[in-house]
Amino acid sequence: MSTTTAPAPVSAAATAPRGKVTQPRVLKSEWIKFRSLRSTYLSLLIGMVVMIGIAALACWAVANRWPSMPAMEKAGFDPAGRSIDGFFFAQLAVGVLGVMVVTGEYSTGMIRATLSAVPRRLPVLWAKTAVFGGVTFVVTSVTALISFFVGQAMLSSQHIQTSLSASGVPRVVFGTAIYLTLVGLFGVGLGTVVRSTPGGISSLFGALLVLPLILHALPTSWANDIGPYLPSNAGQALTTLHPDPHTLAPWTGCGVFALYVVASIIGGAIVLKRRDA
Amino acid sequence: MIEATALTKRYGPKTAVEDLSFTVKPGVVTGFLGPNGAGKSTTMRMLLGLDAPTSGRAVVNGRSYADHPAPLHEVGAMLEARAIHTGRTAFNHLLALAATTGIPRSRVEEVIELVGLREVAKKRAGGFSLGMGQRLGIASALLGDPATLILDEPVNGLDPEGIRWIRDLLKSLAAEGRTVFVSSHLMSEMALTAEHLIIVGRGRLIADTSVEEFIREASNNTVRVRTPDAGKLREQIAGPDVTITSDEAGVLTVTGLSSEQIGRTAHEHGVALYELANQQASLEEAFMELTRDVVEYQAVPSASRPNVTEGNAA
Ligand SMILES: Nc1ncnc2c1ncn2[C@@H]1O[C@H](COP(=O)(O)OP(=O)(O)O)[C@@H](O)[C@H]1O
Ligand SMILES: [Mg+2]
Repeated sequence: MSTTTAPAPVSAAATAPRGKVTQPRVLKSEWIKFRSLRSTYLSLLIGMVVMIGIAALACWAVANRWPSMPAMEKAGFDPAGRSIDGFFFAQLAVGVLGVMVVTGEYSTGMIRATLSAVPRRLPVLWAKTAVFGGVTFVVTSVTALISFFVGQAMLSSQHIQTSLSASGVPRVVFGTAIYLTLVGLFGVGLGTVVRSTPGGISSLFGALLVLPLILHALPTSWANDIGPYLPSNAGQALTTLHPDPHTLAPWTGCGVFALYVVASIIGGAIVLKRRDA
Repeated sequence: MIEATALTKRYGPKTAVEDLSFTVKPGVVTGFLGPNGAGKSTTMRMLLGLDAPTSGRAVVNGRSYADHPAPLHEVGAMLEARAIHTGRTAFNHLLALAATTGIPRSRVEEVIELVGLREVAKKRAGGFSLGMGQRLGIASALLGDPATLILDEPVNGLDPEGIRWIRDLLKSLAAEGRTVFVSSHLMSEMALTAEHLIIVGRGRLIADTSVEEFIREASNNTVRVRTPDAGKLREQIAGPDVTITSDEAGVLTVTGLSSEQIGRTAHEHGVALYELANQQASLEEAFMELTRDVVEYQAVPSASRPNVTEGNAA
């Protein structure tokens, strides 16, 4: 099988190093893939704009209403929480992106090129998780901070703003970024399990948004017992300053949500490894 | 070197590949020939570890594909269905694949140049024509300068110039001592490109032969006989290895006997012959003949014999 002596046009110019597939190299490959798609920028940008826009709008509305607001409502007002409320819509953008990081490869056929290059397969999933998780956490942290400051600026007209140094506030701001990142990673995991974009998106938002609605149909005592452990309810415990009595403690909730996410990624790993590409 | 041993793949009740064994040697282009649905793409996916065989084993350069620490340097593959994200540029597609095994950017530029995609390398692959997509597939196969190439229907959708280009490329790759395994459903194309043929039909091996041999056998075993006494002649020349068909009254098409043998028999029995001619069966006809046999060999009831190209509803 030795190559003939004549230098062939198709051969690599020099004796190119015959590198092995390693996890850092797969990470680099996934980073190149992630940064080379328009949908990446589009989804993250939409998420950012929506979240910051809602912060400005919601806080401006509160400041406007403040003089006429009933005392009871004033007492329960959470200036930090109000400024990051837009996470509810941002999670749609981040979740869809997380699903598509995987399912985009199946719908286009790219997955076969990917898995031919990395036939052990699992390094691809770890790399996607790391690249998507890392970038999303940075972007959502910045977004949550901007939303927070924009919101507080709106509230300062009524002197009802809070500051990042106030107790519990950093947890709310960065907790929102953590929640959004986990939503995206949940999308990565579910996308790897179901392999189709519509299937991934509907299972993700079914779990996050529809399950709590179904719960409302159950008897109240059940709802109160189960409700806190639903993925979105658990995860969102991080995003409010004063959790209501039927939610888990912030970091407990975060841990429960993270368990769902880890379970989905492990499920994805099993499917990825076992099933034909 | 590619070795398939008793490869079998079932999708539910459907057997796509059945007990398929063959060896693909370096230094020549080996054509993997069969009608649509014969199991070529499935076999190639198994060679690349994308589909797991139901049973049997596929070995490439001495190991199963997934066990190679640097797969892109061992095997370059181009799969039938485009394996490219439509939203990514050709350059970034190749760069991402190259990164998995540390292939430098300069090599990416080299293969882009080689397949003639420089002009469009920074355009998104979704807008590529079929031909450009095939060229990009070839570029990714060549990235790692592999000793073995597996290409699924690379000439599909190409213009004559592109077909010519691929043909020359495959031959030069083989001449360098590489293993080149290329599938097609077109006998005529393989006759021009390949030296060796592995022919499959309905998932089974039909022939493993050199192109030369195939052509020799294909071109002189059919004889057309026109006679007023067709029934009598038919009785006299019938035999276990002889196939006789008749599409029009008074005309027999005979395989398994030479024109000399038929002429002599006719003479001995006093049968008048108006015409006795060797049929130069085209390669395509010979190929279809072979693959039709396989359908019969599988003993599908003739009333519901499925179309070879569809082959699903059976
Ligand atoms: N993923 C799959 N699921 C079910 N059936 C399949 C699958 N892939 C291929 N087949 C079936 O297996 C047979 C062989 O297909 P294929 O390998 O694509 O043939 P070829 O490439 O020779 O045209 C076909 O009948 C096809 O319908
Ligand atoms: Mg095919």
